[in-house]
This record gives sequence, structure tokens and C-alpha cells, in this order.
Amino acid sequence: MKLVIIGNGMAPGRMLEHLLESAPGRYDVTIFNAEPRVNYDRIMLSPVLSGEKNYEQIIIHGDGWYIKNGITLYKGHKIVAIDREAKTVTSDHGVVQPYDKLVIATGSVPFILPVPGNTLAGVLSYRDLDDVNAMLLAAQSRAKAVVIGGGLLGLEAAAGLEAQGMDVTVLHLMPTLMERQLDPAAGYLLQRAIEDRGIKVICKANTKAILGEKKVEGVELGDGRIIPATLVVMAAGIKPNAGLAKEAGLATNRGIVVDNGMHTSDPDIYALGECAEVGGHVYGLVAPLYEMARVAAEHLVDEASTAAFVHSDTPTKLKVTGIELFSLGDFADGEDRHEIVLRDASAGIYKRVVLKDNRIIGTVLYGETADGAWFNDLKKRQVDITDMRDTLIFGQAYQGGAPLDPMAAVAALPDDAEICGCNGVCKGKIVGAIQEKNLTSLDDVRAHTKASASCGSCTGLVEQLMSITLGDAYNPAAVQPMCGCTTFGHDDVRRLIKAKSLKNIYAVMQELEWTTSCGCAKCRPALNYYLICDWPGEYADDYQSRFINERVHANIQKDGTYSVVPRMWGGVTSAKELRAIADVVDKFNIPTVKVTGGQRIDMLGIRKEDLPAVWADLGKAGFVSGHAYAKGLRTVKTCVGTDWCRFGTQDSTGLGIRIEKFMWGSWTPAKVKMAVSGCPRNCAEATCKDVGVICVDSGYEIHFAGAAGLDIKGTEVLGLVKTEDEALEVIVALVQMYREQARYLERIYKWAKRVTIDEVRRQILDDLDKRNGYYDRFVYSQKFAQVDPWSERVSGLHKHEFRPMATIGTADAAE
Amino acid sequence: MSWVSIGSITDIPRRGARCVETPLGKIAVFRTAEDRVFAIEDHCPHKGGPLSQGIVHGTAVTCPLHNWVISLETGKALGADEGSVRAIPIKVEGEMLFLGLAVSADRAA
Ligand SMILES: Cc1cc2nc3c(=O)[nH]c(=O)nc-3n(C[C@H](O)[C@H](O)[C@H](O)COP(=O)(O)OP(=O)(O)OC[C@H]3O[C@@H](n4cnc5c(N)ncnc54)[C@H](O)[C@@H]3O)c2cc1C
Ligand code: SF4
Ligand code: SF4
Ligand code: FES
Repeated sequence: MKLVIIGNGMAPGRMLEHLLESAPGRYDVTIFNAEPRVNYDRIMLSPVLSGEKNYEQIIIHGDGWYIKNGITLYKGHKIVAIDREAKTVTSDHGVVQPYDKLVIATGSVPFILPVPGNTLAGVLSYRDLDDVNAMLLAAQSRAKAVVIGGGLLGLEAAAGLEAQGMDVTVLHLMPTLMERQLDPAAGYLLQRAIEDRGIKVICKANTKAILGEKKVEGVELGDGRIIPATLVVMAAGIKPNAGLAKEAGLATNRGIVVDNGMHTSDPDIYALGECAEVGGHVYGLVAPLYEMARVAAEHLVDEASTAAFVHSDTPTKLKVTGIELFSLGDFADGEDRHEIVLRDASAGIYKRVVLKDNRIIGTVLYGETADGAWFNDLKKRQVDITDMRDTLIFGQAYQGGAPLDPMAAVAALPDDAEICGCNGVCKGKIVGAIQEKNLTSLDDVRAHTKASASCGSCTGLVEQLMSITLGDAYNPAAVQPMCGCTTFGHDDVRRLIKAKSLKNIYAVMQELEWTTSCGCAKCRPALNYYLICDWPGEYADDYQSRFINERVHANIQKDGTYSVVPRMWGGVTSAKELRAIADVVDKFNIPTVKVTGGQRIDMLGIRKEDLPAVWADLGKAGFVSGHAYAKGLRTVKTCVGTDWCRFGTQDSTGLGIRIEKFMWGSWTPAKVKMAVSGCPRNCAEATCKDVGVICVDSGYEIHFAGAAGLDIKGTEVLGLVKTEDEALEVIVALVQMYREQARYLERIYKWAKRVTIDEVRRQILDDLDKRNGYYDRFVYSQKFAQVDPWSERVSGLHKHEFRPMATIGTADAAE
Repeated sequence: MSWVSIGSITDIPRRGARCVETPLGKIAVFRTAEDRVFAIEDHCPHKGGPLSQGIVHGTAVTCPLHNWVISLETGKALGADEGSVRAIPIKVEGEMLFLGLAVSADRAA
């Protein structure tokens, strides 16, 4: 009987081994392989690329093997047609070969992005030895390379090219690397490790075009960035190579459709390997392909065989030396699932096991993967882990160990990490003082080091340092944790974000050893604010961690419609502005128009879909967002002051407008409302605001920490300043101090009570250096914050927020 | 029941949601951090808040109006609150999403 095999990859190679073992001589075997070579270990191409191995070392079946087993191998022959009537195949060199049984094992083809320039010289894929040789040649130039795709293949290619001396940038469309195999937390660690080797990583990178005349010169991204490169490797995915089978009239879907005995829709034709689709699944790792090979061999030996392929999850590992990573199964979380997370920030370890009904269904391990096989085994055997639940995550060798130390993250801080920002005291100094001077109380530490002696927000950390240094002898007061995901309180988190230079949400969660993988609705908006405040220009706002009002830049109403409030600087408007508002109200049928308590106009009842169009019209009249929805600067109310009022002492309207124009767009821990009154008669009600100014003959009295909401509280007087410039400076510095120190959702009056009015006065009025520092940091952050969110959205940003994804209408449902 | 294509999973931001308009009202389609997708009515069991506008964490969404937490898998309110919305069958094929919608007989109701 004649057995013909199309493709000579790893799957049919394994199938032949089984066949030769159980029924030698049963078939007369002929193989056609488009690649001009024997069967080699494709998996090991990465070590060949990085120089750790050579081609000879990765050959599975050498030429001698084919001769010994009487197999004819046509190297470099691509089959171009299958004639199922005549039962023959034809190669591109004209060989026509008859078969009794045919096996299609054509593997996959790399997915080439459909962008301009994708056929230029210097654009490669990563699939076979020819690709590797071409990359090695290009690498001799030691020039710049871009790898498109941050999955398994792309990262292995990048590490290999880097090892060959190239300057490599990885472009990845998704927000985190290897998102199919890793959760975002592990993806973050991986990115850090890749970057540590000098490889640049750009996530959310949308490749728009490959540039160059004849040869590649660079890659252009959707946002206009251009990355120079002389080599571009496309590793953006693979697709099953099912074209030949489809032309021959076999059933195909994503791949060649086979039953669990590897039969295609033609009983004499089998398919296996990456080109085959079984039970709706296609595969890209060898373990299941080897299983297909075993099943196919059994059916070739015995047509009545009951051998059947069953789906199983295969663990993924990355073959980059020095990076330990393991991923298995389904690790999405869910209500019926439980997760156990272990993080060890100092060792860079992250482990997560997902359980359902007390059985493992998924595992992600990063940094230490020795227990991967053990978890895989527990999962496969569906072991009930109830009895070892508390220690499961520590691995096989550690059954019975103690739970992790919640203070490990603080213990691991370097000596020069700043603990107290107000007084510039670092960890080493505090620990040193505790030891040398035998300090045992918080007050002693404050007295000797000044740490936590000012605003007090680092008290939690200082206390933790005391327990670490003194052991059980010291018992810190309990801090209220930020939420159920952490043991740290808000103040500690803020301080550690600075001390450890944590610049994204996943970094915070890893380094501070969060006990959940993606946080909750309490901690995410808070972390997002802290990062925006602390790293202006560096941190990319995470919109999915914002409440809806801040995400769509309007206020949600009880019926799901929105209200829109444009800025009216200092509460001053004009006929032109009022006319524009009237037009918008008419055009969009806005049901309610109301004057707000903050001296501006609110349009209520706007449909979400209409928001961008409403903003576009308002924008044309010169309006920008009033941030009436924001934890940020809201309004600056004013009275008419010296412009019109006979009692006015200063230009209160002018100062109000000036403050509002200077400070709009800034995000704050909670909303900030201000007012400026032209004399102590206080018509602008400045003495119940977060920040208020009462103008007097001799200057400007600055007030703060008032409240007129759930609580009612008159303001405190910060002090009197002589000039308008100084008033602005003091107000800006005050707000910046609040921005840097307060807990998320904490209004100014609550924060001020905590840090004391005297401390605020000391830092803002008395200490000029401090004041200037705050002022400068606010001004810097405004560079990134003062962008009108409405006009950004009118020009298309986040369009998805405002449009339904689909509209399903049916004739019979029409009313 | 019939499966209706509504677009690609990549149309929805991770830890986010989009709406689908149907003759029966809005359906909110969610995508979690780990690319699981769910569909429920866009109508909070408390006072009808648009759930598609909430913050998505794990496999739950927090309603933007009064912070009820609704399970995306069952549509039930979690914690102390009681109530539920209808969960709509959804399937993923490759990147494409399909909603399982009742045929017109059900619609008459
Ligand atoms: C760089 C790299 C690293 C990898 N790392 C891993 C890993 O760590 N772990 C893991 O499990 N898997 C890994 N894989 C995947 C694994 O190598 C593949 O799943 C496996 O090799 C697929 O085997 P196959 O026999 O289905 O197809 P292939 O090995 O692709 O073989 C198909 C062969 O068919 C030939 N062919 C195609 N069409 C025709 C035609 N019309 N006529 C004649 N011949 C034809 C092709 O030239 C090719 O040689 C990696 C893959 C690559 C490229
Ligand atoms: S606060 Fe004083 S200056 Fe301003 S309007 Fe009232 S009375 Fe006039
Ligand atoms: S006072 Fe209460 S009811 Fe009135 S707008 Fe404010 S929150 Fe709503
Ligand atoms: S309407 Fe959803 S919580 Fe009230």
C-alpha cells in the first residue's frame, strides 16, 4: 500500500516513528516537503538564532534514517494539487505520485500584517531555518531590528536577535505581552525582564506601515511614531495551512476539519499537525500534535481502531534563557472560581492558581516555575486540593509552610529609599537611629529623625520599619487597608509608589504584593489617581480604572442620560456664549437647562450617543469642558468686585478667572471648588469652599478647608498675602500639597484636619522653598493635564464609548 | 434561539463594556482583563442604572449609579443586595462575538 505524506514537519515525523514500530513494512512511504530538508526540531530554532545551538544539533531524522527505513523523501517539492478521483498528488516540479492513503501535514503559515510595505526586502517571518539564516545574516550589521508581535515567537525572536548584537524593539498590539498565555500581572513582570536585557517594548502599538524604498527603513505606528529598522520580523501569529486541502474539496474551517481519529471528510485522507482542526480546536504546540500523531498511526495500522484524540491544555513556556515563565489552562477569574496569589516582590516572583470546585483549572507562574509540572499533574488528575489549600501556592516541596510576611515589601526597600517626604528621611537613617539610639517608640523616632513628624502620612511605614528592626518588641497600630486587595493603607501606598518608582498599576500590585490579580473598584480608581499625580507625562491614564463620569467626561443621571456643563470662567458669560448654548439646546432637544450653584449652566438629559456632537457645537463657540464630573478643579465662583461693586477692594472677578484658567484640567483626590469675594461681605460665599479668597484693602486673605455638603464647616484662614501673583502662587502650592498627600476621595477639609492647619501653613506660607517646589510641580503636571477632553473626543478619541457596538433590528419588531 | 454576530472582541476595551441595541432594549457586552466575555441586560436591578458604564473588576461590574456589584456570569447582585438581570448567552468564535437571542415568539411578551 502506498502512503503519501505532504509536509515533513514534527507531527508526521512522530507519526512515522509509531508506524514503523507497530507495523514496519505495511506501507510504502513517500514524503513531499516544500522545505528542502529533513525533519528537524522546529522548536529549537530559537536556540539556533541566539547562537546556543546549530542546525546539525536539532535534526530529528537524518538522511540515513530515511534510507534505512526505505522512505522516499522529496526535498524542496511542494505539492500543488491533490486529485482525489485519480488518487494522486502533483508536485511543483512535476512529480505525480499515486496514493492509497494520504496524510496532509502542511503545518501553518505565518500571518503577515496587511500593511503597506510588507513585501519589502528585510521583512521576514519566523517559521523555518531559512528565516533563521536570513535573520543571522541581517544581524551581522548589528543594526536596528523591529519585531512585530509580543507573543511567544516574537519574544524568542527578539531575544535571539538581541543576543546577536542587534538593537531590538518589540511592537505589541495589546496592552501586555503574551496576553493569551499570561494574565496582566505576569505580563508586566515579563516586560520588565525583557526590557532589562536592553530590548525596547512598545505595547498598544498599532503598525500602520513598513517604510522604505527597496529595503526596509523603518516602521510607522498608528500614532505617527516612526521606528527606524533595517530588519522587520513579523511574528503576529500563524494560520493553519489548509489551502491545498480546501482546493481539493475537503471540509475546512479554520483548519482542515478532522474527526477524533484524524480522518478528513475523505476516508482515505488524514490530516494532522497544526493544519488540522479537531473538535473546533487548532493547535500550535507540539504536545497535542504528538498525540494526533499517535492516533493517526493507530488508524493507519488498523482501520477499526478506536484510538481517539482528546483535547487537553498544554503548558506554555518561553524559551528565553534567564526568563522563567509557565502558563497553563484557564486562568480568567470568575465568581465560581477562587484564586490564590503569591507575590514576592524582591525575588520577582508571581504565582497564581485558579480553582473551581476545589480543583485547579489554571496556573500562571513567573520567576520560579519548578512546580509547573506538579500543578499540571494536579490539574490533569482533577485532584481535590481542599486539604492543602493554605499551602498549595508554595508548591510541592513546601507543604506545611508558614504564610508570607506582609512586611516583606518594606523589608526589601533599599537603604536610600525615601520614607518621609516632608523631611527627606530615608530608610537607612531611620533603621540606623532605631538601632544606635535604642529607640522603642514612634515619638522617639520622630524626635530623633524627624521622620513622620510633619504631615504624618508616612507613619505606617515608619512603624513597619520599627517592627522589622525591633521584631516582636514593637507592635504597630493597625492601619486601615486601602481595600480587600492589600494590607497597606492609602498613605503607605502613596509613599511606596514614590520610593520604589512604581509607574503603572500592575507594577504597584506586584511590588506591593496585592492579593488579587487585577484589583477591585475601590483600589483601581485610587491607584490611577496616585499614578497620574506622581508621574505626570510618564504614566498613561488607565481609563478602565475611572468611574464613568470621568471616562465619558459628562455626568451620568439617574435615567442613564448625561448632563453637560461647559466652563464659564469665573462665572462670566456673554451673549455669544448664551446664544450658542441656546442653539445646542434646540438642536439636540435637551429637556432641562439649569443654572448651577457654581455659576454656570447645566444641560441635562443628553443621550450618550449625542455627546460628541454636542461638544463639537459647544467647542465651535469656544467652550471647553467644565469638569463638572471630575475629581478635579470644578468652579471658581466670583463676585463682581472693583469692576462694578461700590464695596469692592480688588478685582475679584479677574483673580477668579485667572485662577480657573491656571488650574483647570488638574486632577485632584476629590473635587475642588473655589471662590473669590471682593470684600468681606463675601457675596461669592468663599468661606465654605475648599479654597477661598476674601479680598481686603491690604491684599488677599487666603482661606481653605471649608465644606458645604454633607458636612458644613467654615474655612480656616491660611494667611494674608499682598499681591495677586502671590495669592495665585499660594493657592497653587496648597492644592499641589493636597494632591500629593491626600487619600483618594478625601476632601481638603478632611486632609487638612489630619495633617493639621499649622503644618499646611508652615509648608505653604513659611517655607518658601517648599512652596516653590509645590508650585513648580503643579505647573509641570499642567503641561499634560490641560487638554480639553471634549475636543479630544470630538476628534475621535475613545469613539467606542459613545456608540453602540451593534444594532440589531428586525422587521417584526418594528413599532 | 438564534446567534447574531455583533462584532469583534477587540471592539471592546479590556475591563470594559459596549452596548448592543436590540428591539428588546440595550444589552451590555463585557470583556474582562483576561478576555472572557459576558452579556447581560444593560439595566441594573436596583434602579435601572446602565451597567455597561460601570467599572469592571474580576467577573463583576459595579453599577455607576449606587455601586451595586453585579455578577457578569449570572446577572445576580452580589453581597448584601438582592436582585438580578437577565444574562444573555454569548459565544466567541475566533475573535467574533455572537449573541444568542430568543426568536420572535418570545419577543411578543
Ligand atoms: C520558532 C518557533 C518556536 C517554537 N517553539 C515551540 C515550543 O517551545 N513548544 C512547542 O510546543 N511548540 C513550539 N513551536 C511550534 C511547533 O514547532 C509546531 O507546532 C510544530 O513544529 C508543528 O508541526 P507540524 O508538523 O504540524 O508542521 P510544521 O513543522 O510546520 O511542518 C509543515 C511542513 O510542511 C511543509 N509544507 C507545507 N505545505 C506543503 C506542501 N503543499 N507540499 C509540501 N510540503 C509542504 C512545510 O514546508 C513544513 O516543512 C515553535 C515554532 C516555531 C516556529
Ligand atoms: S463680596 Fe464685596 S466686593 Fe464682592 S460683590 Fe459682595 S460686596 Fe461687592
Ligand atoms: S443635592 Fe442630592 S439630589 Fe440634589 S443634585 Fe446633589 S446629590 Fe443630587
Ligand atoms: S441603579 Fe444600579 S446601583 Fe442603583
